[in-house]
Amino acid sequence: MTMRFRIYRYNPEADQKPYMQDYELQDVGGDMMLLDALLILKEQDPTLTFRRSCREGVCGSDGMNINGTNGLACITPLSGLKQPVEVRPMPRLPVIRDLIVDMDQFYKQYRDVKPFLTVKDPLPEAELQQTPKQRDRLDGLYECILCGCCSTQCPSFWWNPDKFLGPAALLQAARFLCDSRDQATQERLEALDDPFKLFRCHTIMNCVDVCPKGLNPTKAIGEIKKMMVKKSL
Amino acid sequence: MTINSIQTRRFDTLIIGAGGGGLRAALQLAEADASVAVVSKVFPTRSHTVAAQGGMNAALANVLPDNWHWHMFDTVKGSDYLGDQDAIEYMCRAAPKVVYELEHFGVPFSRLDNGRIYQRPFGGQSQNFGGEQAARTCAAADRTGHAILHSLYQQNIRARTHFFDEYFAVDLLKDDEGNVLGAFVFDIHTGEEIIIEAKTTLIATGGAGQLFRTTTNALINTGDGMAMALRAGVPLQDMEFFQFHPTGIAGRGMLITEGARGEGGYLVNAMGERLMERYAPKAKDLASRDVVSRAIYTEVKEGRGCGPNKDHVMLKLDHLGEDVLQKRLPGIRQTCITFLGIDPAEQAIPVYPTAHYTMGGIPTDRYGQVVVPVKDTPEEPVNGLYAAGECACVSVHGANRLGGNSLLDILVFGRSAANHIIGYLKENRYHRPMNEASVEKAWQRLHRWDKTGEGESVERIRADLKKSMEDNCGVFRTQEVLDNGIKEVSAIAERLKEARISDHTGMFNTARVEALELENLMDVALATVYSASARTESRGAHSRIDYPERDDKNWMKHSLYSSEGRKLDYKPVRTKPMSVTSFPPRPRVY
Ligand SMILES: Cc1cc2nc3c(=O)[nH]c(=O)nc-3n(C[C@H](O)[C@H](O)[C@H](O)COP(=O)(O)OP(=O)(O)OC[C@H]3O[C@@H](n4cnc5c(N)ncnc54)[C@H](O)[C@@H]3O)c2cc1C
Ligand code: SF4
Ligand code: SF4
Ligand code: FES
Repeated sequence: MTMRFRIYRYNPEADQKPYMQDYELQDVGGDMMLLDALLILKEQDPTLTFRRSCREGVCGSDGMNINGTNGLACITPLSGLKQPVEVRPMPRLPVIRDLIVDMDQFYKQYRDVKPFLTVKDPLPEAELQQTPKQRDRLDGLYECILCGCCSTQCPSFWWNPDKFLGPAALLQAARFLCDSRDQATQERLEALDDPFKLFRCHTIMNCVDVCPKGLNPTKAIGEIKKMMVKKSL
Repeated sequence: MTINSIQTRRFDTLIIGAGGGGLRAALQLAEADASVAVVSKVFPTRSHTVAAQGGMNAALANVLPDNWHWHMFDTVKGSDYLGDQDAIEYMCRAAPKVVYELEHFGVPFSRLDNGRIYQRPFGGQSQNFGGEQAARTCAAADRTGHAILHSLYQQNIRARTHFFDEYFAVDLLKDDEGNVLGAFVFDIHTGEEIIIEAKTTLIATGGAGQLFRTTTNALINTGDGMAMALRAGVPLQDMEFFQFHPTGIAGRGMLITEGARGEGGYLVNAMGERLMERYAPKAKDLASRDVVSRAIYTEVKEGRGCGPNKDHVMLKLDHLGEDVLQKRLPGIRQTCITFLGIDPAEQAIPVYPTAHYTMGGIPTDRYGQVVVPVKDTPEEPVNGLYAAGECACVSVHGANRLGGNSLLDILVFGRSAANHIIGYLKENRYHRPMNEASVEKAWQRLHRWDKTGEGESVERIRADLKKSMEDNCGVFRTQEVLDNGIKEVSAIAERLKEARISDHTGMFNTARVEALELENLMDVALATVYSASARTESRGAHSRIDYPERDDKNWMKHSLYSSEGRKLDYKPVRTKPMSVTSFPPRPRVY
């Protein structure tokens, strides 16, 4: 099978402005992923630039916009894609080159929620105990791979990238708020109690639709809001 | 850019690599108030530690009776008696503490009903020095690496570690006396080159699984640090020992964790027989990895493989039930659905041995100091240079690594290297003067790729190298095949000298990064084939059809390969543990 691609190209050193380049690939196998195709295209045109590493959806390197929807190239089967497959960088972040965006803003939001376990009591010699049920609360929260697919598809993030924390960072906030071992609940909730940081989420659910790990930031945001209400009572 | 305009940055310590090994060391150093720079060619959480699935060994005895001495026995036996017993004792003793620390850092381990960390059985584990199966592998479902790497990165955010994300380390810098002074690196975003001066440099760059065509390793695992060491005159140790994991997805390479067999999965051949019953009557599917890989290879070779081409065997998990799969193995279930379109809760998974882990590497002692032979002393520390993680060879894995022991290795020795560095920094307060010649050399290596004109492409040479390694340096080896490997890889290395890239821009030039990575891979490939061809015995992962027996009399020793003259040297195995009595070599049966 032959497949056609239209790929966003921009090298600030060489190009006046971004443009879309057409590519064709012969002998596309039925079980190929988009990343496999990009790697072959890169063999033919080594200037084509994108991030990639694990090839199996765990490192979060290759988030990109595929036919209008964000996803990871390495776990997006070619067979399900409408042609020409239009591949662009994830929206609204500065483009460094081709499909590579500058993720500083995204990482800063992550750091802003203090994404680390905080225990104030003296630590035991062995593990802190946690029941399986308490541990289950972290499922759906801890698996995030920081790919950026959700935040860069979130309208609230587009409009207020400097004020709204975005779904990925808020999911992390929830991950620590829901951890029975964490002892900074109060501080975490206070830090989020702000008209923008958290409350700009209008439950548009884009984030849920695109998360390649099947996580649900909207639900996590809802949980945080609930915890806040409880706190203020 | 001219060489004189290159900026210099100064730190107490430079860590090259932000996987589990690098981040564990960085945290220890940051907490001791050392100024530390971590350089990584990818954003830290994209390092390949993120892909580790099954878990990490420590004798916590949360599920079955256990103690560190049994763990030590299993590791020595697993290593086929090539592991250094002092380092192994150190690692197994430290394991429980290191796991508890990780738990305190926030790692979301799976839990037992009593609230303690969940542990699962893995291959090569026993109670009581070879008795019943043990359950020693601490797990966060089948995403243990992700859980550990992210928690470590998070703690480094708290500790305000200084990161150079997406910077590529080209080469180590050293002076004429052999002191290591830091590294020459460039910012992948802008192409800007910088010199990082440091009193100590820790290499934590991970493995070299990209040597082979079918591999469980990420595209970034190109053995950069090992090659940097070689170029700095440090030999590589035991490079002939490369682990093939028994259960990569056939033809694709994605890993199915040994934890799948730990949870009760088993392998079957075309006749539906549980094949491991024949090769390891006692441990069966939980025999050591080298044993299971050879069994699968043999089944296929003798015509009992599955599928239209009879080229793989099947891993059965469907009898475990959907609940266990979803709770304990959700990641590999998803991987099978994504890449094979099959749900292991219903269907068996096609698997085949796949390149997985570099047992060899940069020789170190148990403090992470890089050690090289000097005159009559086999292990003299290189001043200012440390290594930890998969790129290093302590050696705790010897000829064959046990599953769950690598995450342990990177964390134990990342931590102990950091502790040693803290002591070193107290006694060495000043930076040594920079050596211009070594900057010049590193600069030349980078700028060699500026050449334009005719030349072969990096992509073609890389494809040929991987194919040659797969053909000539696989699960079973002979003199003829290995010597052919030397011939082919040497010829490919010659071609690389005349290769060209077509992209000469500065910003995010991945073509240049890949060219540098291929050079590294090439040096590591040569080390691997030369070391393998010289070792005329079978031990652990190095199986010679022409020398099927282990030969302790002549070969219970570590190989040391140097680039200069492509020369091999040897040093003795450290058979004396720290406090207990030595485990003498015995026949290895599972
Ligand atoms: C699929 C898979 C599953 C595994 N599962 C398990 C398991 O369950 N249990 C277990 O014990 N082990 C497991 N292993 C092995 C284990 O995960 C690895 O050996 C270990 O994580 C390696 O860690 P590291 O810190 O040494 O290197 P890595 O995590 O590979 O990190 C290397 C770092 O070096 C950086 N780097 C490399 N070159 C350069 C350069 N030139 N310039 C700048 N930076 C550079 C990279 O950016 C990266 O940050 C598994 C391995 C694989 C492949
Ligand atoms: S649900 Fe909230 S966070 Fe998710 S996309 Fe919509 S506005 Fe953004
Ligand atoms: S929540 Fe999902 S989409 Fe968002 S960064 Fe994490 S893994 Fe990516
Ligand atoms: S390459 Fe790692 S997530 Fe796609």
